[in-house]
Order: sequence, then structure tokens, then C-alpha cells
Amino acid sequence: MSKNKELISKIGLRLDGRRANELRRIRCKLGVFTEPDGSAYIEQGLTKVLAAVYGPHEVRGGRSKAQHNSAIINCQFSMAVFSTTERKKRPRGDRKSTELSMHLQQALEAAIKSELYPFCQIDVYVEVLHADGGIYPACVNAATLALIDAGIPLKEYVCACTASLANNDIPMLDISHQEEVLGGPTLTVAALPMSGKIVLMEMSQRFHLDHLDKVLEKALQGCKDIKEILDNAVRLHVTDIGSSTGWANTKH
Amino acid sequence: MFTTKAFIKKSKIGHFLKNVREHYIRDDIFCGVPSCETCHPVESHLSSTYKNVCCLFKYNHYLILDTNVILDQMDVLDEPILENIIILHTVLKEVKHRSLPIYKRLQSIIDNPSRHFYVFTNDHHKDTYVKQDDKELINDYNDRLIRKSCSWYMKHLPGEIFVLLSNDAKNRAIALAEGIPTLTIKDYIESVKDNSVLLDKLAKKDIHVETYTKDIFPPHLSNVELLTGVKNGKLHQGTFRASKDNFLEGFVNVDSLEDPVLVQGRSGLNRAVNGDIVVVEIFDKKEWVSPSDIVLEDEGVAEEGIDEIELKERELKRSKKIKEEIKPTGKVVGIIRRKWRQYCGILQGGMDGVYQLFVPSDRSIPKIRIETRQADFLRTQKLIVTIDSWPRHSRYPHGHFVRALGKIGDQTTENEVVLLEHDVPHSQFSEEVLACLPKLPWIITEKDVKKRVDIRHLDICSVDPPGCTDIDDALHCRPIGNDGFEVGVHIADVAHFIRPGTAIDKEAASRATTVYLVNKRIDMVPELLSSNLCSLRGGEERFAFSCVWEMDANANILNTRFHKSIIKSKASFTYEEAQMTIDDKSKNDPIAMSLRGLNKLAKILKKRRLENGALVLASPEVKIHMDSETMEPLDVEVKKLFETNSMVEEFMLLANISVAEKILDEFPECAMLRRHPTPPSTNFDPLIKAGRHLGLDINVECGKNLAQSLDEATKPENPYLNTMLRILATRCMLQAVYFASGTLQKEEYYHYGLAVPLYTHFTSPIRRYADIIVHRLLAVTCGADSTYPDLLDKQKSTELCQNLNYRNRMAQYAGRASVAFNTHLFFKGKLQDEEGYVLHIRKNALQILIPKYGLECTLYLAKKGESSNIFEYNEEEQSQKAGNITLHAFDPVKVRLSLDSNNIQHEKFVLQLVSPYIEGFSVQPLGESMEVDPDKPASEKKRKSKSESHVKNKKKN
Repeated sequence: MSKNKELISKIGLRLDGRRANELRRIRCKLGVFTEPDGSAYIEQGLTKVLAAVYGPHEVRGGRSKAQHNSAIINCQFSMAVFSTTERKKRPRGDRKSTELSMHLQQALEAAIKSELYPFCQIDVYVEVLHADGGIYPACVNAATLALIDAGIPLKEYVCACTASLANNDIPMLDISHQEEVLGGPTLTVAALPMSGKIVLMEMSQRFHLDHLDKVLEKALQGCKDIKEILDNAVRLHVTDIGSSTGWANTKH
Repeated sequence: MFTTKAFIKKSKIGHFLKNVREHYIRDDIFCGVPSCETCHPVESHLSSTYKNVCCLFKYNHYLILDTNVILDQMDVLDEPILENIIILHTVLKEVKHRSLPIYKRLQSIIDNPSRHFYVFTNDHHKDTYVKQDDKELINDYNDRLIRKSCSWYMKHLPGEIFVLLSNDAKNRAIALAEGIPTLTIKDYIESVKDNSVLLDKLAKKDIHVETYTKDIFPPHLSNVELLTGVKNGKLHQGTFRASKDNFLEGFVNVDSLEDPVLVQGRSGLNRAVNGDIVVVEIFDKKEWVSPSDIVLEDEGVAEEGIDEIELKERELKRSKKIKEEIKPTGKVVGIIRRKWRQYCGILQGGMDGVYQLFVPSDRSIPKIRIETRQADFLRTQKLIVTIDSWPRHSRYPHGHFVRALGKIGDQTTENEVVLLEHDVPHSQFSEEVLACLPKLPWIITEKDVKKRVDIRHLDICSVDPPGCTDIDDALHCRPIGNDGFEVGVHIADVAHFIRPGTAIDKEAASRATTVYLVNKRIDMVPELLSSNLCSLRGGEERFAFSCVWEMDANANILNTRFHKSIIKSKASFTYEEAQMTIDDKSKNDPIAMSLRGLNKLAKILKKRRLENGALVLASPEVKIHMDSETMEPLDVEVKKLFETNSMVEEFMLLANISVAEKILDEFPECAMLRRHPTPPSTNFDPLIKAGRHLGLDINVECGKNLAQSLDEATKPENPYLNTMLRILATRCMLQAVYFASGTLQKEEYYHYGLAVPLYTHFTSPIRRYADIIVHRLLAVTCGADSTYPDLLDKQKSTELCQNLNYRNRMAQYAGRASVAFNTHLFFKGKLQDEEGYVLHIRKNALQILIPKYGLECTLYLAKKGESSNIFEYNEEEQSQKAGNITLHAFDPVKVRLSLDSNNIQHEKFVLQLVSPYIEGFSVQPLGESMEVDPDKPASEKKRKSKSESHVKNKKKN
């Protein structure tokens, strides 16, 4: 008991002052770059991620890879050398990055209507500017926004969130780096929140099966909450663009 | 859904990494004061009816405490006099950071609704949070946060009074300037009504240093010096262990060194107290000395006199250095962490005034100087005292009185002392725990029957010591097939009643074991379970967990199965009764047959086990007969052993081993097992040495060889010799411990004493928590129950094991302490000649073992500090010679036994040699043992203190 520090105080507050079911503050922006077809920036707490989407375009590097019934989704994940407390040596290409790239690809493939673009390729680049826990969910959320910005047809939003157990009992949402280090196993879930489908679930430590249900439920709730926030941001962005072209005014 | 502003907190750790953390400021934190109308009512223990009474303030007021008040004056807070206290989160965090034990005590007070404490999360509240300035020190920042909260409260509730208590003069000054009423805790308490209890408990941290007093101790090095010293290898960090016999000597166990470092003398020990983590400097090799083999006691009475201590130091220096035993020697130069706790003891008599000297009952702890206004009362009491500080100029550490336990010499008081000294949780079971008990009358339902194997028809019986009410095992044996047997061990199904995660489970896990004192049993589970529902009493239907073997006539196991069952024990025997049933040829009922079958198989099992190298060890165990009315000990005798004792033991061992194999098979990572580590060969040195003097060769290479050499080590002229060697061998052993299987290598699972590769505890779930865990694991393997998270968590299991091991050890010590106390009580005022044997030879004393009472006492050959002119000590041969009589180890002697009650706390046995007769030393034998009338002081050996004779007289009445 001494090792697992008390992550939720008796008053019900976490180390950073949140309650168990509260997300960190999310701020996001679409269309941050002009060069890519779509781009987005998201802050979840102190975790900051940039995402850029190129495509759909013709498959590069030999047509042999191209698929006749769907588009290839190519994801690349990287972390800025300054993103962690100790400077990273390799910003991309290490095991962790490769793994995260693949996970990202898996989550996005489930949401993109790739069958609309045979013989095509969609490139998604995400870059972590600051890592403070929950890197993967931030990347998924940023990529979703960037895909929307690029105008690529999606089945629905794909959102991701982490959840864990505090004091071995209370499920808590959106784990910060501090809590990751002190706490127990972290469950990462990427889901299509409107239909409630889980597209990716990952946990690299172990906990008892009895806990899974409540933690998973918490994480799915988190995905739904994130979806609301992203949806608001998208609507705001569209209104912004629309109003600059005078489209918003014609509505009324 | 949340309104937060993100703030950023920076902190630097280790290699100056920049850590950025979020800090959310909230608007949903409330003040908790019941009279407040603006805040949402929250769960708060603060009370508007309870009133703090202090003559400095006219009205009721709330107290806000600074961190230093909590850290230094926890004992004052423990008293339910100061109430309605607001604890700020900043303070709580700081307390936790500085001292975990104090934090835990504080938490338990906060959780107690009757104390009216409230935690205000000031650092997440939108109005009381302030940002740390760039160059502001953390302490100043925290003080500022505290003041900010105080002024917020005052503004928030102008109708109430809030008082800040702080011992920090600077903080007080600023607070006063800001208009916050503030006081030191001392000033506050002095003006509280009925404050005498509190005043005694005030810790004396700020004792004014009298400039003319001489410094008695050298200064400690600063923390920085210590750390650099340890880092570059000049100094060594370790745990200080004071010697129990010699108050001017101790050892420091340094991890990096093989031998512990010897520290001697006042400047060597330099205010280290037993258990402290200290830093030592090791001297040059030529200054190394051997541990002295003399016994020194602190006899200081004067306030700060050090003449006597200097005298003893010289004496210590004089003692000869023995080449072979020279140990690394050093001195304590600093203390990393104090391990001070609360100590039981009594006041030393013969002093007037408010300053009193407290003598802890643990002899490895120095005397403590306390300030009290109720010395006359306290002199008759056992009390608890804690150390506050040990300044350089003071011969004794300074402390303060915590609470009184009761009259010295009372059985109840002494039991309390034993329990406290051994950290045994012994409070009543809480309401919450009792609520977990099944409702009476308890009946077995259809559902229960369905889930269990019904073996109520079998002839099961239990065999236990007389007077045993918590019967956790029962046995049966019946012939099956061609000369085969079915043998069943049925263990009380405690896990059925104690479900994981419930209050009763947590309480049992924390208690870990039932503690047996001579006249008291501190149950691990409430009595309803331990003596009724779980106890496999004769004639009652009970739930059990059964382990059933099919065996052939040679006790080879053919098949093992485990299942939960319902049994009905036909009879509960004592060992003696069972033995009689077996021996009585005329009895041929199924129970007797069953017992005979068990006995036969057990003999085969035992023989096989011993052949495999299991050790037969001995430790003198005694049974004290108590007068049931007066609770006074009537007689002390060594426990009798019957064949049936070993019969039950064999089957319990077998069950444990079978269960261990099963659960390890199923749960390789988290099975709770018990191992007994092979002792390092150096542990056996005393045994080998003792054997060599007798011309016996003791082979300690492995358990089997040791068992064999012990069997062979007999001498016809001294029949008790073998037992003594076994007692010595027992002392060479290490403690057996519980562990989770995933944490060690397979080879380390070995149980040395029993010579089995796997072992666990399964057979006593009523009195041991480990068995409950094993029951749960086993229940999973046979599909009778499901797992739960903590059961399969290796980390959790390990933590649990640590607690179990600690509690078990303490329970064992407590049991022994209780026997010792009652033996003393028995001998009070008696004078008796007894047969004994020399166990060890020391330079100025003989260690004598008296088998009849299982006593081990010291026979001093010379007065303290003098060397004997009668005896001649021979180091090489380990003998003492007087004239033509030579005493060797293991020689039989006759001694006169009496109790020296001079020191009420450490009553000790005084031995006088009766035979062999040595002129000028021995005493004439008594005609026969005689009672000494305690009311005749003439027959008393020495003067007795007033209080003690008072106790005695009362007893007589």
C-alpha cells in the first residue's frame, strides 16, 4: 500500500485538483497549417500534439502497394526531442514510435471511409510537442480533427482516452504523466463514441479482470466527452471559415 | 462540466529537470463551517455546538494549525480537548512529506467524527490559492498559503473567530501584522481550562540551553557532510542496535560491510538510540577492539552528572581485547533518521521536582528525562513516554509523558505493556467488523449443503491441548480397499465467513495472528467465529475444508483431493485423552480404531521425515497453571508431550505440504508459501565450539548431517546434554517466513527445519491469517470460490507477507514476555534450590538453564565491575576455575533461585551456586524449598520500594 500512493485524496481530488471523472482541459484548433490538406493542434492538459494530413493522393513509391478496393492509410508518429523532461535522442523510428504509428493507423482505418479512394494513399503525420501522459489519445484526437479539416469522409469521430484505477478501487479518467508514474496500469481505449464501438484497446500491465468493466466504462465515457468537445471545436471552426466568406450571414 | 483555470507549477528534481504539472483551481470547494450560509453544505465534522474554551478568547473559535504544531505536538492533538480544528491541505501535504507516522495519526483523528476536524483543500480553492514567487522558499510559501487561508476564512465568515496556532515566530509576526489572531500552542494551552493533562504532553523542543553546562556529547556532523562522507566512502550508513546488556555499547549494521561496526562509550554512541539510522566513521585497524563481555547498567540518577558514566567508560576500556573477536570499531558521527517511537516504562524513584527520569522497559533504550506535575501519581503507574529531542548538553534524551497504562505489577497493566511493546493490535473489534459476523442462530441451508461434500457420517474427531476453544483441525482415518487407508484432515472453513475486502478481513489481515498470553488470548477474528462457528467442536455440524488422502499401509500417498465439506466431529479430545483411548486395548469403537490407524501412519511418516533430514529442535516451553479466580500463577511446568502430539503434527505437516504443492502448481506467481532459509554456516559457530569442548564433532554442512550429529551427540553421564545442544542449535536458526512464490527462485522455497522443498500454512485459519489466504487460493483451485484482484497481485501479497512476518515475530516475543512475567510472579517471595545446567561461560558470569521452569538466567561470578578473585576464567577452554573445581559448559549444577525485585521493571532472577560447593562463593543448600513471608522484611534480601510491597499486600487480600 505504501508504494501505490494515494492518487485520490479523501476529499475526492486528484493530485492536480481534478475529480476522478474529469478530463484535463482540452484546447484545439483546426487548420493550423496551410501547406497540408488538413491540420490540427490539440492540447490535453499539458500534452500538446500537432497533426497534418496529406491526401488522398496517388500511391507513392511504386504502384505495387496500391490496393484496388481501398486507400492506404500511412501514419507516422514522432515526438519532438524537447517533448519530455529528458531530451529524447531519436525523435522517430524507435520501437515505441513504430508501435504507436501502427496503433494510430488501426484506429484511423476504422473511421475513414477508405473504400471511396481505391488506389490512393492518405498520409497522417503526428508530432508530439509536449508529452505529459496520454500521448496516444491526444494523437488520435488530433488526427481525427486533421482528417476532418482535410475533408476526408469519416464514418464518425474516432476519439481515444485513458483510464486507470486510483487507490486500487476508484476508476479515474484521463491519466496525467504524474499519475501514470505513480499509479497502476493504464487502459487506453480508442472508440467510435456515437456507435459505441471500440476500435483499439491497449494495456501493457496487468490488473484483475474484475476491474476491467468499470475502468472500460469510464474510458468510453471519456471518449464521449472528448467527442463533444471536438465536435464543438469543429462547428466553431466551420462557422469561422464560413463567416469569413460571408456564408454564415446568408444563413439568417 | 468543469470550470478550471490551468496554472503551472514548476519543480526541480534530481538533475535539475524541469517538471511541469497542471494545477487546477476549483470553485466547488467549501469552507465546511456549519454556520456558513453561502457555501454548499459539505460533509464536515466541524461542529457548531462544540466549543473550544480558552480564556484568551471570549467566544467559541476555530483553530487553524501550522505544520510545525502538528509535527511537534501530535500527542497534545491526540487528547480530545482541542477540537473544531481546520487542517489546511497545504499543512496536510507537508506533514505527510515530513513524517509518515504522524500523518497517519493525524488522518485517524481527522476521520474520527467526534473530534470535529475538517480538511480544507486551500491549494485548489480559487480564492485561497496564491502563486509561488520566483525566489520564495517553499517554507515561506507554505506559510503564506496558510495565512491566506486564515484571512479568507475571516473574510468569509466575519461572525466566527479563527485562531492560527504556530510555533514559528516569523510566521506569527507576519500573521499578526495582517490582523490574524495567532498564538503559540504553548501560550494557547496554558490558557485552556483543565490543561494539566495537556501541559505534560507538550513536547519540549525549545529547551533553553544553559550556557554554563558542559557539552556531554560531541556534535553531529551536518547533513551535507554526512551525505558527502557516505558518498565518497569515508563514512558508512547503517542501523544502530544498542546492546541490551551494556548501555555503553552497540553495533551499527552497515549494508556494505560484512561485520557490524562496534561503537563504544558515550562519544562513540553519541546519542544514537536503538533503531536509528546513523552514520559511522570507522577507526584505523589498530584501534579496533572486541566487544566487551561485561554487563553494564546505567545507574545514573543525578540530573546531568556524568561522573558515573565516565567511570563506566574507563571500566569498558579496561576490559581485555581478544584477538580473534576484534570487530571493526567506529563512532557515530551523525544521525540520518531517528526511529523514535513511544516507549513503555516507569519513573525512576527518588527524585523530586518536575523533572523526572523515565526508565523504559526495553533495555536497549536509554532513560528519558520528562517534565511532569503529577510525578507522585505516575510513580505507581506504568506509562508511555516519547522522546522529543536529545541536545548535546543533556545526558539523557528529553521527552514527554503520553499516557498512563495502569498500576505497576497489575496483571492487566502488564498484559497491556506486553502488547504495546510488541505492537500487537488489541483494541476491541469495531462495530464495522462485528457487523460482518453472521446472524445467530446460524443454520446450514440447503444451498450450503449443495456446494459442499457432506461427510457428516464419517467418524471425525479433534485432538487439541486442554482448554482449547479454537479448534481448527479434525482428523479421520478409515480402511479402504485392500489394506489401504483413507485419511482426512479437516480444517475449519474460516474463509467462508471472512470474505475478502470486508472490514473483518482487513482487521484480520492487520492483526495477522492470534496472540496467546498466559492468561489472555487476543483473537484475530471475533470470538463468535473463533470459539463457535469456526471451531470444530465435538457433536456440532461445521463447515470445513478437507484434505483427503488415500494411502497404502506404508503411508505412501496414492491420491490427494481437496474439497469443502460439512463435518460433524464425533469427539474433541485432549492429547492426553486421545493417548489413553489409543492405549486402552478394550476400546474398539470406530473413533478408537481411527485414532490407532492415524497413530500408526504418523509413526511411519515421522520416521521417513527424520530420515530425510528434518531437524528435531528443542526450546524449553513451559505451561503456567493459573488460579482461575485470582489469576495468580500456581505452578510452572514444562509442557508434557504425548505420542498424539506428534500424531497430529505429522498430519498437519502432510496437509500443509500437499496444499503447498497444489497452490504453487495453480498459482506459480502468487501462492503464499512459507520458507525457512538455510542459516549461514557462521551461525553455527557457537554450536560447533560448544561441541568441540565436549569432544563432539557436529557436522553442520547440511540439515541432514546436522540432524544426524545431533542424534549422535549424547553422553550417558549427562542425559540432558542432547537437549541442550538442540536448544543451542535452535538458536542458530533463522526465522521461517511467509512469501509470495513469484518473488523468489524455486531453490529458495526450501524449508530447512522440516527438510521439505515446499511448505505453507493451511491448518490453523482461526489463528493465522496466512492460512486464510491459502484457503482462498486452494478454494479457487478446486472451483469452490473465485479470485479477487488483491489475491493475485504479487505486490500486494508481498506486502501482506511482510506484515504477517512482522506480526508473527512480535506475537512470539509477546507470548514469551508474558510467560516470563508470570514466571516472575510465581517466584515472587520464593527461594528454591533447583537443578540446572551451564549453557554458556562468560568472563564474569555463567549462563544457567533450569529445565524445570524453562528458565535461562545469569549467575554472576563477581560483583558488577569487579573481576572475581575466586574464579579463573579460561578463554581457550571456555571454563571457570575455582580451586580444584572447574566449571565447563553443559555441566550440571545446583542453584538457589530467588527474585530480585529491586528494579520493579526488570525483576530478575538472582542465582546463587549451591553445588558444586565453592568456598566463599556458594551457599548452603536449603532443607527444602520454603516460602518466604513477604510481610517479614527481615527475610527479604534487600530493601523494596514502597509501591511494590503495596501491590503485594493487595494481592494477598
